[in-house]
Amino acid sequence: MTDSSPTPPAVLMRGITKRFPGVLANDHIDLEVRQGEIHALLGENGAGKTTLMNILYGIYHPDEGSIEIYGRPVSIHSPHDAIKLGIGMIHQQFRLVQTHTVVENVILGMGKGFVFREKEASEKIRELSARYNLKVDPDAYIWQLSAGEQQRVEILKALYRGAQILILDEPTSMLTPGEIEDLLKTLHRMTEEGHTILFITHKLDEVTAISHRVTILRQGRVIATLETSQTNERELARLMVGREVLFRLSKEQIQPGEVMLQVENLQALNDKGLFALKGISFTIRQGEIFGIAGVAGNGQRELVEALIGLRPVQAGRVFLQKDEITHDSPRARIEKGLACVPSERLTALVPSMSVAENMVLKSYRQPAFGRGILLDRTTVRSYSQRLIEQYAVITPSCDTLVKLLSGGNIQRALLARELSSQPRLLIAATPTAGLDVGATETIWQILLEQRRQGRAILLISEDLEEVMTLSDRVAVLFSGEIMGIVRSEAQNLEKIGLMMAGAFRLPQEEWV
Amino acid sequence: MIDFLISIVSLTIPAGTALLYGTLGEVYAERSGVLNLGVEGMMIMGAVTGFAVTTATGNALLGILAAAIIGVLMSLVHAFASVTLRVNQVVSGLALTMLGLGISGMMGKRFIGLPLAGRLTPLDIPVLSDLPILGPMFFRFNILVYFSILLVPLLWFILYKTHWGITLRSVGENPAAADAMGINVSLVRYLAVMFGGMLAGLGGAYLSVAYAPAWIEGMTAGAGWIVIALTIFSLWDPRRALLGAYLFGGVRVLQFFLQPLGISPNLLNMLPFLLTIVVLWMISEQAFRRRIGVPAALMQPYSREER
Amino acid sequence: MKSFRLRMERRLEAPRAAQVRALAVSLFLALIVIGLLFALLGVNPFYAYQRILVGGFGSLYGLSETIAKAIPLALAGAGLSLAFRARVYNIGAEGQLLIGAIFGGVVALNFPEWPRLALMPTMFLAGFLGGALWASIPALLKARFRVDEVLTTLMMVYIASDVVRYLVYGPLRGPEERGFPYSSRFSATAQLPHIDITRIHYPTLILAILAAILLYLLLERTKLGYEIRVAGENPAAARYAGMDTQKIIVIVLLISGGLAGMAGVGEVAGIHARLSPPEGISPGYGFTAIIVAWLARLNPLATLLTAFLIGGLLVGGDAIQVALNLPAATIQVFNGVILLFVIAGDIFTRYRIRLEKQA
Repeated sequence: MTDSSPTPPAVLMRGITKRFPGVLANDHIDLEVRQGEIHALLGENGAGKTTLMNILYGIYHPDEGSIEIYGRPVSIHSPHDAIKLGIGMIHQQFRLVQTHTVVENVILGMGKGFVFREKEASEKIRELSARYNLKVDPDAYIWQLSAGEQQRVEILKALYRGAQILILDEPTSMLTPGEIEDLLKTLHRMTEEGHTILFITHKLDEVTAISHRVTILRQGRVIATLETSQTNERELARLMVGREVLFRLSKEQIQPGEVMLQVENLQALNDKGLFALKGISFTIRQGEIFGIAGVAGNGQRELVEALIGLRPVQAGRVFLQKDEITHDSPRARIEKGLACVPSERLTALVPSMSVAENMVLKSYRQPAFGRGILLDRTTVRSYSQRLIEQYAVITPSCDTLVKLLSGGNIQRALLARELSSQPRLLIAATPTAGLDVGATETIWQILLEQRRQGRAILLISEDLEEVMTLSDRVAVLFSGEIMGIVRSEAQNLEKIGLMMAGAFRLPQEEWV
Repeated sequence: MIDFLISIVSLTIPAGTALLYGTLGEVYAERSGVLNLGVEGMMIMGAVTGFAVTTATGNALLGILAAAIIGVLMSLVHAFASVTLRVNQVVSGLALTMLGLGISGMMGKRFIGLPLAGRLTPLDIPVLSDLPILGPMFFRFNILVYFSILLVPLLWFILYKTHWGITLRSVGENPAAADAMGINVSLVRYLAVMFGGMLAGLGGAYLSVAYAPAWIEGMTAGAGWIVIALTIFSLWDPRRALLGAYLFGGVRVLQFFLQPLGISPNLLNMLPFLLTIVVLWMISEQAFRRRIGVPAALMQPYSREER
Repeated sequence: MKSFRLRMERRLEAPRAAQVRALAVSLFLALIVIGLLFALLGVNPFYAYQRILVGGFGSLYGLSETIAKAIPLALAGAGLSLAFRARVYNIGAEGQLLIGAIFGGVVALNFPEWPRLALMPTMFLAGFLGGALWASIPALLKARFRVDEVLTTLMMVYIASDVVRYLVYGPLRGPEERGFPYSSRFSATAQLPHIDITRIHYPTLILAILAAILLYLLLERTKLGYEIRVAGENPAAARYAGMDTQKIIVIVLLISGGLAGMAGVGEVAGIHARLSPPEGISPGYGFTAIIVAWLARLNPLATLLTAFLIGGLLVGGDAIQVALNLPAATIQVFNGVILLFVIAGDIFTRYRIRLEKQA
């Protein structure tokens, strides 16, 4: 190679367009990734990052556009093609066979010869592990491994296949701070060995910490590609969300009233039978938004499920106003005035049923909707119509199927339903995930309006900006424990960040 | 006493052989994630085809080959419906069984009551067949019986000790993982279902060409359903399939011995199904499932773009 | 080299017209394929179809037979459509039907002198209980231990067959039957009345129509029906909304099992007037009812129509058996092919299917 012909980029995508029914996920995207660099793909949920990478890995087929790998035009029809071109991808949800061992997973689809030579493969994996600082036991079963270890298996899989270009989708979302550090070390080590790394993220600090260059996507389009050294988090945030200043919603002073939720020493297990909540306590008053900040996977899901009755409580007590609800059924809790917008919207709605039928999902038992065993469809429709108008849900009619609504309208309909019961407590878990700016603002305004009316709200979100904007007090959840509770004020931001990383614990007497 | 034992064993192994073929095939199909309730239909088609071709050519091996081919063709219907079209596997398999029972009935009408020229005869193995006790117990069967026994270690080895096996199990366990590693999930499932069809066809031919040997309408008499039960009973392992097939085959043999003692054959007949329900109940425990490796993606169609 | 690739895209909405069109097209294609199969097997398909049409629908006698066969199909099919709506795949209606027949039969045999007005309801009630009892085992296993109901209900069919065989060869064998596996004949009051000289046992027909209407109203107009639909479409949402999904599983299995059991009573009390081995009680109505429910797109009211269609097919099948000297299994060719095309046809309503060219 001479100076006159510079090394071609590792990846060159041109004019990539991908449509899904009702969505333009990628709109003429151009992306250039240089050899040996760490290239971040930054964007909010739904910006089209994952779709673009799935196209590069042959999972989706683009409707338009072309791809070059190391300067050679290619067409990638399946992951098989991608692997042959030296591309590896680590999905956010790991693609591992739980009942198989690490070796079996790594050599899957790769074995030479007919008979599986386990020792040989193990040996090669141990070598790779040592070279790239990826500690994992080749003979362990996947289901015995932690999330961080499973991710290492995924990386080993790609390396074993000789991947030169590695795509990582939100690689840190499931990891502990220690594991994140190990991962970053491994990635650097890989670039030293000549690998090219593309990683998808929506976390600004990661971009600045490890990437050489960054491409920002917004609503399916490329907004900019920048040298990381020549930008800063502020600029990145502006490009990512498309607005200069983060909106400062006015939050009037409200004197909190009576205690509406009291949680004492709550303990619960995760799906693997380990303690996900290790004794957490807090209270929420009328007219107060209590925020829970933290990286996903630190007990948030278990907390919501334990509160709404879908996960048994191992120890501790929960009171709704004066009523103890620790071991109540989900239905009893609903009837006692507990409302919840869960982070996975589709578990709270039936997408294949009409808006009207979804509006009564929790209240259909009430006599107002039909005497005895009957369900009065006319009342259901007129009731829904009222809610649709009151919360300005945009839908052709109340008979439209929920799955045909936009994400923002689905969320608005969900909030409308949950608030219609005048609950004593509203739990809102990542209420704006995946929504565009306008929809996010509406949802925030609805929540603040509820606060003004004296509603007690538990807000659980990974989005620190959201937590800080809306909450009165903020608790930080780390590894199933509350690291501290502070006022939502700018001067506490640094403390909150440290607590989220598990690096700092506020003494209990300083909690507010 | 020893004569009794000899007759039990020498009757049980042939009685369980058709079940063994069907079960080994269904184990592979289900390991890939496809439940095929059409085993009964594929077996009966194998039976009628095996009989017809043997009658026409006078050559039992040609008949058996034809039965294997018809089994594959039948299974392709199910593979297309459940893998390519991704329809409900339960309903598609039921339809296949109905289809097989219907077509075989129409095809076989003229063979009813006919003797079979060129039936598969027991092998006369030098020395071994003449051994006292062991000879009549184990060494006077036809070639299909020995072939089925040979298949057991072979299929077990392929399933657990080769790359094919790892690929097959991965597809049935987590098709998305296999796909991400460049494995053609649909192809693997097609092949597994076709292999299942082939063995079901063989099992059917065994009944009409060697075991009976005759064509009787509906002669599989629910063997295909016992195969479904056995597949679960064996916990998707070829070795336990052997055990189960002979156990359930033995139940049929025992009827003849127990009936004179006043024990109803019908109560014995339901034993396989009862045991299977018990096994289903036992493996409902999550931790247990994981250890024995129930195919996690069983009955789940896979599509790359839809998750 | 160019290759083609079958691509399927999920449709967001399947308009009703498209559903009906897809159903009509699949039925038509199924009939063509059956014709081809017949031709292959040496039967003139045009002649066969003519005989079927005439046999099943072409005469008053044929129509009456069609209705007689539609009765068990409609009763069991309506129940199955309810279960399938909750995504509870009860494929064991055949076994539930058999046990229902035994329960009803035992009542008939033990209280032959009861007046019809007392005996008839008791028999149907017993049949319902028998079918529901048989379905309760898979129901409990699924609700309590999450054991897959497809396999358990299927296994229960074969257990039921053996139970029936055991009973009619043993304890329930009529002393005057000279060794044949039959029970004694039911008394006159235990036999269901018929319309004129037909075999239409109208009490069961009325029950079938009532069941279809009630189940339709249950699904569309009651709170329980709403819960069933939610649990079927999105079980996670049902749990989140505080619905008792275990209760729903048990209820739909008991109702579908019970209705199949009543269909069994109709058969033994309305057609055979005695208990016999399983093949004698039902030629697989419980399995055919799956086709009926699926053809009706899981709408209980529509099962009345689809049961009539399939009933006609069964009668026509009998007609060609006689006319063309075909075996009884012939009808299974129809069942199998139609079922395959109906489920495949479903695909066209849920997906847009495109053939794509690839370089």
